[in-house]
Amino acid sequence: MFAASSWKSISIRIGVLAALLIAWDLAGEAKVVNAVFLPAPRQVVLRLFDLVQTGTLYENLIVTVSEFVMGFGIAASAGMLVGIVIGRSRYATLVFEPFLAALFSIPIIIFLPLFLLYFGLGPASKVAFGAVYGFFPVALSTIGGVAQVDRNYIRVGISMGATESQMFRRIYLPGALPVIGNGLRVGCILCFLAILGAETIAGFSGLGTAIAKSSEAMNTTEMFAYIIFVVALAALLNASLSAVQKRLSPAGGS
Amino acid sequence: MNLCPLGPVGAGRAAFAVMFLVAWEAAGHTIFDPEFLSPPSAIIVAMPSLLSDPLILGALGQTLLQLAAAFILAVVLGVAIGLLVGLHPVASEASLPAILLAYSIPQVTILPLFVLYFGVGAASKIAFGVTHGVFPILLSVIVGIKACDPEFIKVARSMGASRHQIVRRIIVPSMIPGLFSSFRVAMSACLLGVLLAELYASTGGVGYYARLFSESFNPPATFALVTILTTMAVLLNEAARRLEIRASAWRTTNGGESI
Repeated sequence: MFAASSWKSISIRIGVLAALLIAWDLAGEAKVVNAVFLPAPRQVVLRLFDLVQTGTLYENLIVTVSEFVMGFGIAASAGMLVGIVIGRSRYATLVFEPFLAALFSIPIIIFLPLFLLYFGLGPASKVAFGAVYGFFPVALSTIGGVAQVDRNYIRVGISMGATESQMFRRIYLPGALPVIGNGLRVGCILCFLAILGAETIAGFSGLGTAIAKSSEAMNTTEMFAYIIFVVALAALLNASLSAVQKRLSPAGGS
Repeated sequence: MNLCPLGPVGAGRAAFAVMFLVAWEAAGHTIFDPEFLSPPSAIIVAMPSLLSDPLILGALGQTLLQLAAAFILAVVLGVAIGLLVGLHPVASEASLPAILLAYSIPQVTILPLFVLYFGVGAASKIAFGVTHGVFPILLSVIVGIKACDPEFIKVARSMGASRHQIVRRIIVPSMIPGLFSSFRVAMSACLLGVLLAELYASTGGVGYYARLFSESFNPPATFALVTILTTMAVLLNEAARRLEIRASAWRTTNGGESI
């Protein structure tokens, strides 16, 4: 409903964005706002280039991205495995799905201190935390996806004597894929945000920690530079996930 | 013969829960050092001292107060802005892009900014909670207004209702079920915001103590506090869900979608 459906709405959005940017720039120039609280856009952009040149941005980016790849890798594989094992059986679904749904409905950030306790303040706790955060949407959607596979297809497969592996590869997986795909997408975004959050709250390195550190040093120019970079990164991730989902789904994704 | 009143599914869940707790307890005493991985027994032992500690109780109260303030503010702001934007098509076109832009920013990245602006006290927790909770409500109001069945409005207009009457009697009631649904989401989001802010930088509140116990390497207390928090979150979620069901009781059609 809110998707930009026409060139008119796209141009309105870009227009509003541009207006906000210009207002921000003017406020900075006119010294209306304290430069510490709201640094001028030019300074922020300059700082961003500076960070890229010195390689600091790259160092932090690598840490965050590697944590994310590892975390989501674990989340996706564990989530799909658990989801398929549970989803195959009606009984197991009825028993276990409420536990998963209930756990997912509480802010998992509550458990972050436990992760910090057991995995330390380094990247390991971020990977673990991101993995757990991303696990739930993937598992829940896999269970749902397997459950909604048309029973007739399953019956046909069984009546034609398909083996377990054939049932899985030819019937369950393709049938459940659109729903699993959606869960993977949600899990991907949540994993990324969870890792950023964990880095911000307690970390040694990574983009989130960089934001926190520059905030503590009252270096708002650098903080804004990092924030803008991370926001752009998140938007890029979201856009590419949507594109991938559209490409892979046969008749219109969700 | 019905020996087990729980039924096969309930029995399965109970069995899983029991097995999980037993395995945890066993692992805590055999594979892992009980000092390291608190078995459930250690957590239960640590609970009474934790719950009777006035500092912890004060922290719980502080967090709940911040949550309540954030939620109320989020509701007021969300409904107000939502009505303003939703009822005036011109304002809608102009401000919707800005609202969606703000919604799409991962809030966790601007957490240090909030602490910078609002300080380490309660204000930043409430403010961060508000920014998390206001968007579901705001968007729900806008969608609810848009989704109001035009037939109803036509009927009202043909009966000579004024614009004010149409808003009060037709549009607002039709968006209420979706609104209460968004309250549940907003409550969860507010809690997330408040906890995030408390974990990041605070001088009190449950997040502060959870982090303190974690960093002073006190597994039983950390676990116990996390258990208390989890119970609190589950209860809040249940309460919001019940409220949502009560408010949607009259809804016969599937109007007023929640986000």
